[in-house]
Amino acid sequence: MTFLKSITGAAIAAAMLLTAPGAKADEQHFPLQSYRVGPYAAGGTGFFGGFIDYLNLINTRDGGVNGVKLTWSEGETQYEVEKGVEVYERLKSNPGIAAWNPLSVGIAYAMIDRITKDKVPLITINHGRTDSTDGRVFPYVFPLLLNPYSETSGIVNYIASKEGGLEKLKGKKIVVLYHGSPYGKETIPIYQLLAEKYGFAVSQIEVPHPGNEQQAQWLQIRRERPDFVVLRGWGVMNPAALKTAQKVGFPATKIIGNVWSNSEEDVLPAGEAAIGYTAITTQASGEQYPVVQEIKKVVYDAAKGNLEDKSRIGSVYHNLGIVNGILNVEAVRIAQEKFGHRTLSGDEVRWGFEHLQLDPTRVAALGAKGLFHSINVTWNNHEGDGYVTFQQWDGKKWNVVSDWIAPDWALLRPIIEKSSEAYAAEKGIKIRTAEEAGSLASN
Amino acid sequence: MSVETLSVPTAPTGWKRIVWPLALLTLAYVVVPLTASSYLLEAILLPFLALSLAAVGLNLLTGYCGQLSLGSAAFMAVGAFAAYNINLRIGLPLPLTLILSGLTAAALGTVFGLPSLRLRGFYLAVSTLAAQFFVQWALTKFSWFSNDNPSGVIDAPALRIVGIDFDDATGRYMLSLTVVALLTLLSWRLVCSATGRNFIAVRDNETAARVIGVPVLRTKLLAFAISSFIIGVAGVLWAFTYLRTVEPAGFNLDRSFQILFIVIIGGLATIRGAFVGAAFIVIFPLLLSRLGTSVFGGVFDSGVLDMSQRIVLGALIIVFLIVEPKGIAALLDRSATALIRWRR
Amino acid sequence: MDHNDLLFLVEVLVGGLLSGVMYSLVAIGFVLIYKTSGVLNFAQGAMLLFAALTFVSLVERGVPFVLALLLTFAVMVALGFAIERTVLRPLVNRSPMTLFMATLGLSYIIEGAAQLVWGTQVHALDIGIDDVPFELGGILISTFDLVAAAIAATMVLALSAFFYWTRTGIAFRAVADDQFAALAIGLRLQRIWATVWTAAGLVALVAGLLWGARLGVQFSLSLVVLKALPVLVLGGFDSILGAIVGGLIVGAGEKLAEVYIGPYFGGGIESWFAYVLALLFLLVRPSGLFGKRLVERV
Repeated sequence: MTFLKSITGAAIAAAMLLTAPGAKADEQHFPLQSYRVGPYAAGGTGFFGGFIDYLNLINTRDGGVNGVKLTWSEGETQYEVEKGVEVYERLKSNPGIAAWNPLSVGIAYAMIDRITKDKVPLITINHGRTDSTDGRVFPYVFPLLLNPYSETSGIVNYIASKEGGLEKLKGKKIVVLYHGSPYGKETIPIYQLLAEKYGFAVSQIEVPHPGNEQQAQWLQIRRERPDFVVLRGWGVMNPAALKTAQKVGFPATKIIGNVWSNSEEDVLPAGEAAIGYTAITTQASGEQYPVVQEIKKVVYDAAKGNLEDKSRIGSVYHNLGIVNGILNVEAVRIAQEKFGHRTLSGDEVRWGFEHLQLDPTRVAALGAKGLFHSINVTWNNHEGDGYVTFQQWDGKKWNVVSDWIAPDWALLRPIIEKSSEAYAAEKGIKIRTAEEAGSLASN
Repeated sequence: MSVETLSVPTAPTGWKRIVWPLALLTLAYVVVPLTASSYLLEAILLPFLALSLAAVGLNLLTGYCGQLSLGSAAFMAVGAFAAYNINLRIGLPLPLTLILSGLTAAALGTVFGLPSLRLRGFYLAVSTLAAQFFVQWALTKFSWFSNDNPSGVIDAPALRIVGIDFDDATGRYMLSLTVVALLTLLSWRLVCSATGRNFIAVRDNETAARVIGVPVLRTKLLAFAISSFIIGVAGVLWAFTYLRTVEPAGFNLDRSFQILFIVIIGGLATIRGAFVGAAFIVIFPLLLSRLGTSVFGGVFDSGVLDMSQRIVLGALIIVFLIVEPKGIAALLDRSATALIRWRR
Repeated sequence: MDHNDLLFLVEVLVGGLLSGVMYSLVAIGFVLIYKTSGVLNFAQGAMLLFAALTFVSLVERGVPFVLALLLTFAVMVALGFAIERTVLRPLVNRSPMTLFMATLGLSYIIEGAAQLVWGTQVHALDIGIDDVPFELGGILISTFDLVAAAIAATMVLALSAFFYWTRTGIAFRAVADDQFAALAIGLRLQRIWATVWTAAGLVALVAGLLWGARLGVQFSLSLVVLKALPVLVLGGFDSILGAIVGGLIVGAGEKLAEVYIGPYFGGGIESWFAYVLALLFLLVRPSGLFGKRLVERV
């Protein structure tokens, strides 16, 4: 332990010597609108914990990104939109801001106009506004890895793979149980579309917020006898759904959760009722991946870890935070190769995100092989074609039960473009071209 | 001694009556736009103005007319969505949009005010929750309200009146300020009028009011309508000038409670109380969290700080109710009186 | 309507009634306090969360089940007395609305304190009742809900016994009937209030454990009060019997509505149906099923 400490100490000292040529070191800043209290605290502590842990790892192990230190500051939002706006206004004048990562759909929406004006990227990994995938209309918004439409397609493709192919979906019956909110309703037309395309029957049932009572819905489900139930839940609705499914005798193995229903916090409260439940994810959980091991060694063993409860290392949200850290840091690194090893402006980091292309080889080099598949962001595709995988809960931990699955991006793209072009027309936004994306904004 | 306690506090007379509001308006219209930072405008003054207006509206209903409502946020939502749709589908000038969306909220407010004809006290309060949940459900359910936007969250349109752009922070502040000032003036005129006295009569003793010839039912419904109108406009300000997005979840039960808190802490049945209370609710948590960060910042994470802040806020509400039940407005009155007496 | 449809109807009805018992359980806590002190205690949800969180945290730290139950109860007693001392006593003779606001503040304090002490993690709560459904004449019934209903019934009986046969209980009823008369004959109002808040704390504990076992113990647990409010309106704020009957009506009504009326509106009407039901009912009977009629004095 002491030996390790002294080694890391020496490494830090060496790194500092190597990377501190001038008087004032360059810094890149990440303002965090975190939520560590309130109804969604469990997700917030995991995600922001993982993000901070990764930034800490880069600082401690590598002395920052090419010598540029990563810094961050936190403001508590409790997942409330107006607190998020307050934190944005408070922190936006911090120097050297790289990107914003709110992990809240509501806050992200309220920020779109603001960050577009301030020319700083807004990262909404795995969530956010679907049509912001279209970089022609939303130059500064990045729903990295997975937007809600791709998630829908990914889930249907997974069900098809379980049934033995897309053509086997014909005549099957799927029930979507969704949260009674704009978020929950967002994918209704996509399930309809896929049902028509592949010939399965879909019936979509709403659970009113907060979702702590679902008796009526599950009795309906039992009567319909579907082959699968897709759970598009949020917060307490998820464990309540699993509990109620058990109550009406519907097997958990036939329930598939979406990205907001895929964490330990969603299944733990349901106890044994959750065993066998499967959920989609863009990042596998577990701590066996090299980068997570390094975080354990370099950050947690030096007592600098962000999670209070070490058993949550490698949990779904913690790993999502780590992957989010990797994507942010690599975008900065890519932008630095073009603009120089120094503090970058928000617009320069935006360029970095628009060239964030990490193939599986690069992902493995970053110590994240198996943690997530790859990403391929371009100037007009801000999602970056993320792959999904599925994990099954065994009562103690999640186990990967599928290959990496590709959503049907080509099918979804026209729908997304239609929506984003309508938005551009409504707001009077000029649709961006590749040349404009390649250069920096003038001021 | 008794003479003195009776003589103060007196209502300011003559030029004093004009001077204070004028000084405040000068400050708000001239000094603030010239000096305020974008943080002050965006994160403090804009929510403050919208919440103050909502609290003025609720105060008319609860403070003056005595009808407790827990559904204020629903009427804010109605106002905001009405304004969005009027702007989108008809495209009227902004001032007209504001008035029409206020009227929409008023119409709905009257409908949900109907139970007040039979119900009292908490029974009425809980029944106003029906408005809260129904409106939120309807706005989420029928995507027509949000122009079939797949995610149901809609953006505020550009704010323009006769070619003048109000889109930057200062512009939105000026717009918001003007609307709030006008409606506050109208509310103030209202409570001084015969209708205002009817409100108070109904609040203090319904049966007695009926005996002396106050049209109780009409008065109650009128209170619901006017209050909902003002709250509806406040909702438009909240969505258009402050957050710049409109989503049903932003107008949840917590928002209704927040407005009620403002009214009670600021002082029931005072127009000023709404502003004082709103200032308290907006600024106080920020101050606490700043103080917390600077004193304990390194020791505790933001979660612990925020939790402690929640506790302190809750405790302060109780302390206020115990020590100063008439709200901060009365507290200010008394300290002003004390100051005058001390200077004598 | 063929046989299967009828079975389904009965199943929905039974499920609804059993859910209704769970609502009643929360509502009873409100009634106890409203009856004696005229306070609509909004903090009941926070108390429920606090009790469940305390219990589950103790169990997770290796405290045996029964001991944890006793310790949590002791904490709730302390809480009841503390609330009486610091909130109710200074606010005596204030308007019901002021007291209601105070309990809103109180719910902030309790929620904050609960999370500060025990953290924001979600917990599973296993109280040893298997939740496997069994079939009865073609109808699926949840064991857990049945046991919960039995526990609720036991608690109501115990409370009734307490109020009918103990000195404190009789004093409680005296206060509920007429505060001034009770004071005049020398009853100590403060002690009675503290006892009532303790009793409400006990109800919160039982409700918290049952709801916690249903949903897991987490912040959203305090939201179950929103399910209890229409029950109160329907049954009358000051009647335990009303809370039970109201709970059953709301539970059955909203499930039937969700299944049979919901589809015409696109579903999800449960969030407001209970309120509208209560509202319509109130238009006929302005003080609920069993509530005391207001007497107007000039």
